[in-house]
Amino acid sequence: MKPSTASSSLSRQRLRSAWLFLAPMLLVLFAVAAWPLARTVWFGFTDASLDRMGKASWIGFSNYLDYLDYGNGTGEYFGLLVDARWWRSVWNTLRFAFVSVAFETAFGLVIALVLNRQFRGRAFVRAAVLIPWAIPTIVSAKMWAWMMHDQFGILNDMLLRLHLIDAPIAWTASPETAMVAVLIVDIWKTTPFMALLILAGLQLVPGDVYEAAKLDGIPPVRLFRKVTLPLILPAVLVAVVFRALDALRVFDLVYVLTPNTDATRTMSTFARENLFDFDKFAYGSAASTLLFLVIALITISFINLTRMNLEDGE
Amino acid sequence: MRHYARILAGAAVAAFMASSSIAAELSIVHGAVGKDNEVLRAELDRFEAATGHKVTIVSMPESTTDQFGQYKLWLSAGAGDIDVFRLDVIWAPQLAEHFIDLKEPAADTLDQYIPSTLAGQTVDGKLVALPMFIGAPALYYRKDLLEKYGEKVPSTWAELKATAQKIQDGERAAGNNDMQGFVFQGAAYEGLTCNAMEWVASYGGGNFVQPDGSIEINNPQAAEALKMAASWIGTISPKGVLNYKEEDARGVFQSGNAVFMRNWNYAYALVNGDDSPIKGKVDVSTLPSGGEGLKPAATLGGWELAVSKYSKHQTEAIELVKFLNNYENQKERAIVTSRPPTLTAVYSDAEVGEKQPFIPLWKPVLDGTLARPSAAAKRKYNEASSEFWTAVHDTLSGNGTAEENLAKLQAKLTRLKGSQW
Repeated sequence: MKPSTASSSLSRQRLRSAWLFLAPMLLVLFAVAAWPLARTVWFGFTDASLDRMGKASWIGFSNYLDYLDYGNGTGEYFGLLVDARWWRSVWNTLRFAFVSVAFETAFGLVIALVLNRQFRGRAFVRAAVLIPWAIPTIVSAKMWAWMMHDQFGILNDMLLRLHLIDAPIAWTASPETAMVAVLIVDIWKTTPFMALLILAGLQLVPGDVYEAAKLDGIPPVRLFRKVTLPLILPAVLVAVVFRALDALRVFDLVYVLTPNTDATRTMSTFARENLFDFDKFAYGSAASTLLFLVIALITISFINLTRMNLEDGE
Repeated sequence: MRHYARILAGAAVAAFMASSSIAAELSIVHGAVGKDNEVLRAELDRFEAATGHKVTIVSMPESTTDQFGQYKLWLSAGAGDIDVFRLDVIWAPQLAEHFIDLKEPAADTLDQYIPSTLAGQTVDGKLVALPMFIGAPALYYRKDLLEKYGEKVPSTWAELKATAQKIQDGERAAGNNDMQGFVFQGAAYEGLTCNAMEWVASYGGGNFVQPDGSIEINNPQAAEALKMAASWIGTISPKGVLNYKEEDARGVFQSGNAVFMRNWNYAYALVNGDDSPIKGKVDVSTLPSGGEGLKPAATLGGWELAVSKYSKHQTEAIELVKFLNNYENQKERAIVTSRPPTLTAVYSDAEVGEKQPFIPLWKPVLDGTLARPSAAAKRKYNEASSEFWTAVHDTLSGNGTAEENLAKLQAKLTRLKGSQW
């Protein structure tokens, strides 16, 4: 046993005060994040109903998977894990997240590169670009719903006048275009966010790197690929993770633009529908739990795949 | 004499205290369409003037499906912020436990109501809500266009399709490219359930859950009805109708761009309003039937007023509900918003008949309305309805045939029902 030295007692003391300072935040986090999450997970294993929550009783995994024996040697599996509607929602969400984040990253990168140059009115443009991001999603979704209306919508009117289409498109109505409509609005709304995060990364690239490249006469495309991109990649990846997390729990946009259709139902709208519209609070809780697991799994594997190091800035 | 004066003084003080202590702040929530909000505000102003209470309107989105979700959330949390809820005609069985029984408090007025409207709001002997107005659909048509093309009001869906197609083609050839034949509520929500129930029933295909709780929706008549409806999409109805709710349909019709519209009564006052481009060119009729010898069907809609069990001002809230449903207010709504009243006497009111001739005519239609199976499916009604509108929406958007979707629906409803609803 080592005798306690002055330094270790000091470090113990520092550790104690660190915990002391962290305690309020941990308490709040526990109250608003951990506790509700735990409750949701628990409700997923019960037969709870929204207006009879006190009377919920444990039923094990039945909400996830249950075998109903018809008593004549045949039977059928029920539950979330074999619910085609749920898997359709998962697929819709993944597709939405992948496509929207891909476009937003590409557009965001282009906008960030432009905004990183010196030009007159740059401050104004930087602020203006943020407007779609600043509008509440509900408002922009409703706004777009009107713009995409098949009869009075401005979008169809413009496309018709440009002779790009010869009949108005029912953007939010037909199953083929419903997802496209949701994607358009999301990309319009969230590209500024990506641009902003990537711009922050770009501004950290030291100017002398470019000066040196200029002296060596490196062409711009090559400069971008070999110098800029590797330097901003960590920032871009962090932005992508943020956005992907956000996109995987997309709710408001779908809820306003195209509620209740199979073509765009996402994991979150599926959970809400069961929690509140249907008398299936427990089933909805089970869906919320799976939603949490799916997002956690995707995030962890993304971080591992890209070997992102969140511990320090290296 | 002094004794008498003391009593009087005491009574005055008591009256003063009562009036000051009673003055309550109430909240009423409703999902407004058309002129609902203005009219309700005017009625509440009169209520405030008469009683000294203050009433705030909380507004909800147009979609009844959205309203239900929010109400259920508030009620399950036992929130006392809202005192009076305006409920859809189908919600009583699902929300009964959150509202007070109005049987006793409204006993003095109950015999004035159309009995069937009260029956629908009674759950296990408890009167959950007082009917505010009835909703029944009508076929709105442009009488000027029918005249122009020498057509009569269609009595079957097939006639409607032929007439709509003819006028739509004619008007488009004449330069109005935006002309549509028929608009209705085709978005995937409760409104589509109402529309599709009418199609199916008017072909003799029954209901998606029968009144006794049995499920026989997978039948040839129902398939025929859905096929008929699917044939409208992209021909007489725009593809966008698959995301239309009430106000979308009215928007198209009222801007003069549709020959026929299926909508509720509220639209009548608006399409014939002073600012309507088609004022005086619109008339209404009953919806068409499936064919010779078949009867048309009309889904019963309507809105009810219920007092929350969690309200801190139940007495005043009951007073408000009774006030909003009194003769004068029902008469005003009948005239201004073309909402069919729930009090029998208003139908024979001379002024109503004169200013809104369509209301008295509607009485026979209301008597034969088709109720949604909310009483049979109980707490699972919303899910059953959602399965039904999904099957219909899929069929209309060409995602599977009517037969395939109905067979699937039959299986899904049977599974949902389990051993009992």
